[in-house]
Amino acid sequence: MSDRIPAEAERVFTTTIEKDQRVEPRDWMPDGYRKTMIRQIAQHAHSEIIGMQPEGAWITRAPSLRRKAILLAKVQDEAGHGLYLYSAAETLGADRGDLTRRLIEGRQKYSSIFNYPTLTFADVGVIGWLVDGAAICNQVPLCRSSFGPYARAMIRICKEESFHQRQGYELLMTMMRGTEAQREMVQDAVDRWWWPSLMMFGPPDAESPNTAQSMAWKIKRHTNDELRQRFVDMSVPQAEALGVTLPDPDLRWNADRGHHDFGEIDWTELKRVISGDGPMNAERLAHRRRADEDGAWVREAAAAHAAKRQGVPA
Amino acid sequence: MSFDDAYQALTDHDDDARWAYGTGFADPLAGVPTALPDGVDGADLAAYCLMIGDDALILSHRLQQWVTRAPELEDEMAIANIGLDLLGQARLLLTRAGEAEGTGRDEDDLAYLRDPADFRHVRLVERDDTDFGQLIARLLVFSTWRLALLDRLATSRDPVLAAIGAKGVKEVAYHREYAAGWAVRLGDGTELSHRRMQDAVDAVWPLLGELFTPHDVEVRLAAAGVAVDPASLRPEFDTVLTEVLRAATLDMPAADTAEAGGIVPVGATSPASGAVSAGGGTGGRDGRHGDELAAILAELQGLARATPGGVW
Repeated sequence: MSDRIPAEAERVFTTTIEKDQRVEPRDWMPDGYRKTMIRQIAQHAHSEIIGMQPEGAWITRAPSLRRKAILLAKVQDEAGHGLYLYSAAETLGADRGDLTRRLIEGRQKYSSIFNYPTLTFADVGVIGWLVDGAAICNQVPLCRSSFGPYARAMIRICKEESFHQRQGYELLMTMMRGTEAQREMVQDAVDRWWWPSLMMFGPPDAESPNTAQSMAWKIKRHTNDELRQRFVDMSVPQAEALGVTLPDPDLRWNADRGHHDFGEIDWTELKRVISGDGPMNAERLAHRRRADEDGAWVREAAAAHAAKRQGVPA
Repeated sequence: MSFDDAYQALTDHDDDARWAYGTGFADPLAGVPTALPDGVDGADLAAYCLMIGDDALILSHRLQQWVTRAPELEDEMAIANIGLDLLGQARLLLTRAGEAEGTGRDEDDLAYLRDPADFRHVRLVERDDTDFGQLIARLLVFSTWRLALLDRLATSRDPVLAAIGAKGVKEVAYHREYAAGWAVRLGDGTELSHRRMQDAVDAVWPLLGELFTPHDVEVRLAAAGVAVDPASLRPEFDTVLTEVLRAATLDMPAADTAEAGGIVPVGATSPASGAVSAGGGTGGRDGRHGDELAAILAELQGLARATPGGVW
């Protein structure tokens, strides 16, 4: 690779993208592509790790042992997703410890959806149904990302996310067959999570400056608004089957468009939460920072032990 | 799954219970006869299943409290995995306890609706961990003891306990390997980690006695070929711990002085040493616990108790 002239390398890269083939870690790639991929994968990894917190808080309080097992397995899966993704970022020359520092110092983002609190156990079900559902809508096209390690990680992640979504929906179905108080819990959770779920697709296309380049590089396959529309269209019949109302008076079928129309999203709220002023931003980062600090002596010990075994100083 | 429509078939599945690893792809006890073996007292068998079931349930709870605050991602996964295994064992054992007592109580009735004095776990499992080394020390001791126990239970005359033992051996062998690996890394790591790991081993040692002190129920069921006399597990335990602590450059504490390992009941003036005679009433196996259990149960049971008639 290194003996190729850059123009030739760039031509190979462009052809790879055009032919819908995969860029692999050892291939030449533009610096912008590398940086964008590291940022995209790291943000996804951070989201998996921070995303363990809102649901993880309910593991010890789950109201049946079966639900406890399901939730514990799900949160474990999220740790696993984080691990694959950090590993995919490391193939591009990033370092997991460095990415973690960027997260806890607030220099890299994670999905703003995790800055909302989980107030009742119904939130666990609604996160599975709507939040994991929106994540799947975003992530299924990424199984065809032009960057090979990310695309392959996404295939496995999407399969597991699909489990999680169905589990969440099944919990809600069960609760809706329960007491009146449980049905109210489900509706309340839907009311709180619906709009933040729509915001998971990011700003409207007109205000998404990086979309064009990302789509040209085939690391993004659909625009934010396309994916958001798909999510709304999929969710409406699910809500009807469940027996809950989605909290949007403007939500209705538009036969001309062949899609559901829906109300205006409160973009100022999204901006506020992304910029750090959501209900739980400070707490989520503080928790992660504390875990990192509390574990420092353990990681240092592991490194020292490994060095002793190899006969070199730590 | 279809990658084009992730929502497809969301509602037309009838295998809802089988979606997550560890939550029931296959019933591990499928085909195992559940009738009580001849000559076995149902109340004794129920009490025994609660003892070793509550051990798993409460330690799993402590492991669940570590989720999202482990030192590394690999440990997040390992700790959740171990917690999930123990939760699975607890569910099978509580279900068996309900069957054996013949009252129709299921796993959730037993987990969520008993009061502290009805829990039968050893004190070791309810301890809070002040740092990761404390967790590792407890896990090392518990998994070494439980692996030896499950290995012997695999030949129990009760076919359900035998199946639980056979399944659990594979799981707990990993738990012991994980704990031993970290004990060695921390013990033979930095000066700080060595000190913390030694402190953790020293702190757990007074709680060992209770693991090996036979309760009346264990004695009767062991004689019937159903349970294991825990005293018989000590040689294997000592061999393993000696080897691990040596590799970890840690000192084996002096003999566990609290021979019975029981706790000092509130208001008691004498140390617990020797106070727990079999069935005598001051150990975890007799329902005597520390204040920590009340906090654990408030967290574990709170929501379930606050929603009577709820279905989950």
